[in-house]
Amino acid sequence: MAEMAIKKRRPKNLDLPTIRLPLPGILSILHRVSGAAMFLLLPFLLWLFQNNLASPETFAGVKAVVGHPLAKIVLLGLIWFYMHHFCAGIRYLLLDLHKGIELEAARLSSKIVFAVSIALTLIIGARVLW
Amino acid sequence: MVNRILVGAHYGLKDWIIQRATAIVMAVYTLIFLVVVGAVAPDSFETWRGIFANGFMKFATFLFFVSVFYHAWIGVRDIWMDYVKPDGLRLLMMIATATVLIGYAGWAMQILWRM
Repeated sequence: MAEMAIKKRRPKNLDLPTIRLPLPGILSILHRVSGAAMFLLLPFLLWLFQNNLASPETFAGVKAVVGHPLAKIVLLGLIWFYMHHFCAGIRYLLLDLHKGIELEAARLSSKIVFAVSIALTLIIGARVLW
Repeated sequence: MVNRILVGAHYGLKDWIIQRATAIVMAVYTLIFLVVVGAVAPDSFETWRGIFANGFMKFATFLFFVSVFYHAWIGVRDIWMDYVKPDGLRLLMMIATATVLIGYAGWAMQILWRM
C-alpha cells in the first residue's frame, strides 16, 4: 500500500522525442555512454599496451595500426571519452562535497567540463595522433 | 508481511566509496602519466619500455589498472541494473562482466611483469 502511494505521486514523462535534456543532463548521459564505450574498448587498449611493450616487431605493428586513419578517429573519440569522463568525474566529486550544487553553478560547471574536455582532446590528439 | 520500500542501512555505500576512491587513484595516475610522457617524449620501443620498466611506474600502473577494472565493474553493473530487467539475463550480464574484468586484470599484470 505504501509503495503504491509513493509510486502514484511520482510525475512521469517518458515521451522521449519531446524530452530536451539540459546541459548537465547531456553531461550525465555522456558520462555513462563514455564509460560503457571505454569498457567495450578495453581489450583493444590492452592489446595496444601489450604490443607497445612486448618487442620491437610488435611495437612496429602498433605504429602501423595507430597510423591508420580509421584507428586515429577511434583513438580521438577514445581520448574525448576519457577526458569527458575525467572532467565530469571531477565535477561529480565536487558535487559530492556540496561544491557548486546550486542550479546556476551546476550549469556553469557543466559548460566548463565540455570546454575543458574538448580542448584537452584537441591538444592531446594533435600531439599524439597527428 | 515485510513490505519495506527502502532496504537496510549502508546499502551500496561500500561501492559508492570505492567508485570515488578508484576515481581519485585514476585521476592522480592520469596526471603522473601525462607528466612522465611529456617529459620523456617516448618515440621508440626502447623509450616506451623504459617508462614502464621503472619500478614506481610499474607499481603505479598496476594500481591504475586495478582501479580501472573495479571502477568499470561498478559502473557497468549499474548499467545492467538500470536497463536489464529480467533477473536471469541481468545475472548473466553481471557474471560475464566480472569474468572479463578479472581476466583483464591477469592480462594487465602479465603485460607489466613479463616485459
